[in-house]
Amino acid sequence: MAETVLETHGLTMRFGGVTASDNVNFKLKARELRCLIGPNGAGKSTFFKCVTGLLTPSEGHVYMRGQDVTGWQPHQIASLGVGIKTQTPNVMDALSVHENIWLAARRFNDRAEASARADDIIDRLALGPIARTDLGQLAHGERQRVELGLVAVADPWLVLLDEPAAGMSADDVARMTQIIHDMTRTAAVVIVEHDMQFIRSVAETVTVFHQGAVLMEDHVDKVMSDATVRAVYLGKKA
Amino acid sequence: MRGTGGRDVLITLVVAALLIWIMPTMIATYTLTVLVIYGMLGLSLGLIWGFGGILCFGQAAFFGLGAYTYAIAAINIGESTVPMILAVLVPALFAAILGAIMFYGRLMDVYLGVITLVVTLILFKFVNTTAGPQYVIGKARIGGYNGIPGFQTLNVPGDPGAYIWGDPFYYVCAVALVIVFLLVTWLLRSSFGRIAVGIRENEVRMALLGYDVAARKTVLFTIGAAIAGLSGALFANWSEIVTPSLFSLSQSAEIIIWCIVGGLGTRLGPILGAAGLAYLKFMLGQQSMIDNTLITGLILVLFVLFLPRGLVPAVATLWGRIVVGTRRRTQPRTMRRTRHG
Ligand SMILES: Nc1ncnc2c1ncn2[C@@H]1O[C@H](COP(=O)(O)OP(=O)(O)OP(=O)(O)O)[C@@H](O)[C@H]1O
Ligand SMILES: [Mg+2]
Repeated sequence: MAETVLETHGLTMRFGGVTASDNVNFKLKARELRCLIGPNGAGKSTFFKCVTGLLTPSEGHVYMRGQDVTGWQPHQIASLGVGIKTQTPNVMDALSVHENIWLAARRFNDRAEASARADDIIDRLALGPIARTDLGQLAHGERQRVELGLVAVADPWLVLLDEPAAGMSADDVARMTQIIHDMTRTAAVVIVEHDMQFIRSVAETVTVFHQGAVLMEDHVDKVMSDATVRAVYLGKKA
Repeated sequence: MRGTGGRDVLITLVVAALLIWIMPTMIATYTLTVLVIYGMLGLSLGLIWGFGGILCFGQAAFFGLGAYTYAIAAINIGESTVPMILAVLVPALFAAILGAIMFYGRLMDVYLGVITLVVTLILFKFVNTTAGPQYVIGKARIGGYNGIPGFQTLNVPGDPGAYIWGDPFYYVCAVALVIVFLLVTWLLRSSFGRIAVGIRENEVRMALLGYDVAARKTVLFTIGAAIAGLSGALFANWSEIVTPSLFSLSQSAEIIIWCIVGGLGTRLGPILGAAGLAYLKFMLGQQSMIDNTLITGLILVLFVLFLPRGLVPAVATLWGRIVVGTRRRTQPRTMRRTRHG
């Protein structure tokens, strides 16, 4: 049986009267690819923030590879080998594509090795022509791709991606699907997405969030055809 | 960037040597010395603010602390070498503690400004109240608003009788500035410096990449304070008296203005801003027609409005345009035609 890399017990996050994350029990195995779906405000991003240390949960625990990491700082969690992409673009705008990716690589490698790895990822993501361009001057899709590069270059064993395909062209999405598949060779990947087509193309197991809690967790086909899920989520979209 | 390091050092050394040699023909070395010292003080804030994103309203606190440490230690020791070293270490230690409290407490930028400002105010007020004879450190009376005069000034290391003053002191200060400048250059090109710039750009992202932002900001803040402390010690040697006005808010504000006018995010900008504005202030001090705070304020407003990035970046942009422009003009005609056709 594969090792459990991420587990939460009764994870709860309250903002004043709002319970954004409600008693979430979540379990992820090594090299698993999981999609999180749910309507706007379902608590997907809040769940991610609690896991990555950007928020300290009101109740409950987070375990990574069996270690209790509840209340850890983001840099401590990232240092374990966790790659994170937040929902809003989160890059160094005044720095070049290469410098951004180098900074990500440098955390776990020496100077020269980081540079070599950055070059390699830039090739794989077809960012070569814009390697020296500042992030601030790039189109949205390119920035998303660079951010994926920041995550991939550090060789994480757990990857958390909050809406990586949002606002991307079909070409970009196809390229990204490929990168994510590459990642699952060495890492467990959790993806928050709204794009159903994309989810079908990458996921097997899907976890549905609704009002902070887990509504359902099953194979993608079952989830898509479930009446309750359709009612809270797909129904609204259609 | 790689491989050009040696050439850059050489260029810096040649330009610096020329300036150090030529400037005394235009400005008296006594005045030049303090411009150089202020240049170093400007660089200390330019480093942490321009490259680390840490806006410190209290850089004068470290400057004053360096000056006072030097004066007090010099009176007690009677030789300048150890006091010079202490004048760097004491402000650095103070900054390390203050920085750790601020950065590990994850204070927002505004509060960081407020705290550094308040610390400066407290030091200023405190030193002012130490006029009484009970305030002594070893043989040195702190002296309150009267300050501390009459301490051993810079001497050849190991020989307290061999004072370094006048022109030689100018050369010592200028060489010290060049060394600090080269160290800052080296620091900014190292991984530490590049990571600091990353943190300036996006703290949250850098934390999510696994960098301990608080620790790195504390270290950078400490380095800035060490440089400010060194400039403070040199200042003490130049003025031969230290007074609480070194800690004053107006001194802190001036350092910030130097950086804005000279250009944040550059190494030269804060140095030139400091030297330029301090020289202007000195010239205006010679007459009584125009109030010099008014002029400094006016210059700040003009820069914020018309050259918000500061002097050095503006000149660099202009220079870039001229170079590109001449390259275009010297292109062969056929090329130009194909481009337009
Ligand atoms: N910092 C905060 N303070 C107060 N309320 C918050 C905060 N962050 C999130 N919330 C609330 O928590 C709930 C869940 O928000 P969250 O961002 O986790 O949803 P989501 O599933 O990621 O939605 P989306 O698909 O729109 O990104 C929402 O009702 C939101 O308004
Ligand atoms: Mg979200």
